[in-house]
Amino acid sequence: MSSNDQRPKITGHRSVETKYMDQRNELFQALKRLDRRSFMKVSAAAFGSVAASGLVTPHSFQPVNVAHAQNRKIEPFTFAYISDSHLYKRTLNDRFVNSLMRAVDDVNSMDPQPDFVFYGGDLAQLGQPEELELGAQILKSVKAPVKMMVGEHDWYLDMGEKWRDLFGAPNYSFDHKGVHCVVLNSVVEKDFWTARKLSPMDRMKTVAGLDNGVQSPFSVGAEQRAWLEQDLKGKPSSTPLIVFSHSPLYKLYKPWNFWTDDADEVQAILKRFQSVVVFHGHTHQMLTNRIGNIHFQGFLSTAWPWPYAPQGLPALTVQMGRPDPFNPQDGCGDGSVTVHPDGLADIVQNLWNRNPVTIARTYTASFGKKDKPEVPSRQSY
Amino acid sequence: MPKSQITKLSWAALGCALAAVSCASNAAGKNEPELPPAAASSSGSGDTSKQPTAAAKSGTEVLLCDGQTKVTVPAGTPGTSVASSLMAEWIRKNPNANWEAEERERHTLQPSADNTGLVGQLQGQTYGRVTEQDVKLWKNEVERVATAGSAVFHSADELGSTVAVSCDMCHPHAANTHPETYPKYQAQLGRVVLLRDMINWCIEHPVRGQPLAADDPKLRALEAYILAQRKGKSLDYGRH
Repeated sequence: MSSNDQRPKITGHRSVETKYMDQRNELFQALKRLDRRSFMKVSAAAFGSVAASGLVTPHSFQPVNVAHAQNRKIEPFTFAYISDSHLYKRTLNDRFVNSLMRAVDDVNSMDPQPDFVFYGGDLAQLGQPEELELGAQILKSVKAPVKMMVGEHDWYLDMGEKWRDLFGAPNYSFDHKGVHCVVLNSVVEKDFWTARKLSPMDRMKTVAGLDNGVQSPFSVGAEQRAWLEQDLKGKPSSTPLIVFSHSPLYKLYKPWNFWTDDADEVQAILKRFQSVVVFHGHTHQMLTNRIGNIHFQGFLSTAWPWPYAPQGLPALTVQMGRPDPFNPQDGCGDGSVTVHPDGLADIVQNLWNRNPVTIARTYTASFGKKDKPEVPSRQSY
Repeated sequence: MPKSQITKLSWAALGCALAAVSCASNAAGKNEPELPPAAASSSGSGDTSKQPTAAAKSGTEVLLCDGQTKVTVPAGTPGTSVASSLMAEWIRKNPNANWEAEERERHTLQPSADNTGLVGQLQGQTYGRVTEQDVKLWKNEVERVATAGSAVFHSADELGSTVAVSCDMCHPHAANTHPETYPKYQAQLGRVVLLRDMINWCIEHPVRGQPLAADDPKLRALEAYILAQRKGKSLDYGRH
């Protein structure tokens, strides 16, 4: 839930490292509030604590670290993604299970290894405990650390109880090599089930139908928006942001919930940052968009491809070729993302059975003028 | 009698029943007390677990127009209450009675062509002029077949899938089914196929079920739904 700067205080036994980090944080907090009069006091305290612990020579400590805190250096890094596996239990449907295992093999064979593997949501098809447990078990064989995001298929049987048991809170943030990453639960639906007296399984099946019009549109919701504002509070606008959401954080096509109802409000919170990249699952296709400073990329699914929406397709989208039903797993895949010092990211869409497609950051940065990837000849009908 | 006609007849019967349902529910006044469900009993579907209460025993038996559904009510019960308890019993026995409206609420169906412009015009032969009722009938009937197709399209069980896969999982609202491009030479099969061949190919392979016979009402309904959803696309047979 909390970023590194707001980590909870450890009570009870505190290690040497913890004590040092707390002292260091207190010092930086004090430095932020510096005025001329208190300067000597704080620097004397800094001198005292550092000299006492014998860690660094006092004259080099203060200026170097202040500069570092204000202008954190961004190192380029790579993460891989796997998304939308829609697992049934293995005895019912082994195809989707094998596909997820193929994706796990893909990311495990990456050399060098990605810093982490991001899972884009919809691990289960009907949110059942055995489906989620099977997914968790398969993802345990991923060598790199795994970060999880929730999708609607994981949530609406027990309203996320099992998912939270296995993977923790659905929204959280973390810092990675100078980039601030936020994970949202963007599949919050208004209660359509109580009035209809739907059983939990009927509710789940309603949400699981992409074209089922009984369900509500997805949203992030007021509660999480407040959390997001709080999480980003005090972060300079130069901080590169990466946001993960299961549904696209914009309004593409409502009948299929390729949509987030409060996307405008969420975008408004992200607006002040110079560089924001949003990665989303749910749409099972290559999907690229840009709204102002916010760049969007969709993840491929391991289970099946969705057709492109009949309306609202963003102009920047590089369509993947029309999948061939005779070629199992065509249109499915996984991918990897390289984040650069400018905070923007190149995405490699690893379409199984086809050549991978790279969408360079310069493509969205130039609004499609530069580095347009080659578009396949057979597009959706 | 061919299967399709049986299906048509059973739909017509269902239509009558639905009309009866809506009449009955309109007739039931808001302020009328509802009879307890224990007062309702049925003779048709073998539900003999409920014994009529002592009060009901001394009452009057009322039979629904299906000739099977029956309730026993105390003398002097208002007619609207009798009607609503009869219908409540009928709906309990027929939980899918409202399937059409429910299916259409879940999955949007493209409307069939608007023929209201024909109302009042001569048909030219025996039938006199086209009435509003005619136009309504055509629309209801054709949309009902497409709606039945939608129900099959969206149900792994109806399709007989052994892997819990249904058509909508790859084709929401029948997208990317392009019925307007058939017949065509299907390169992967090395022969010319019709839409129904591709439906059956999908049922056999991704869905892992048994292919349907060409005159199977499910296949006919699936075709109707897929064609309905591509309303407005121009025919272009052979297109790849």
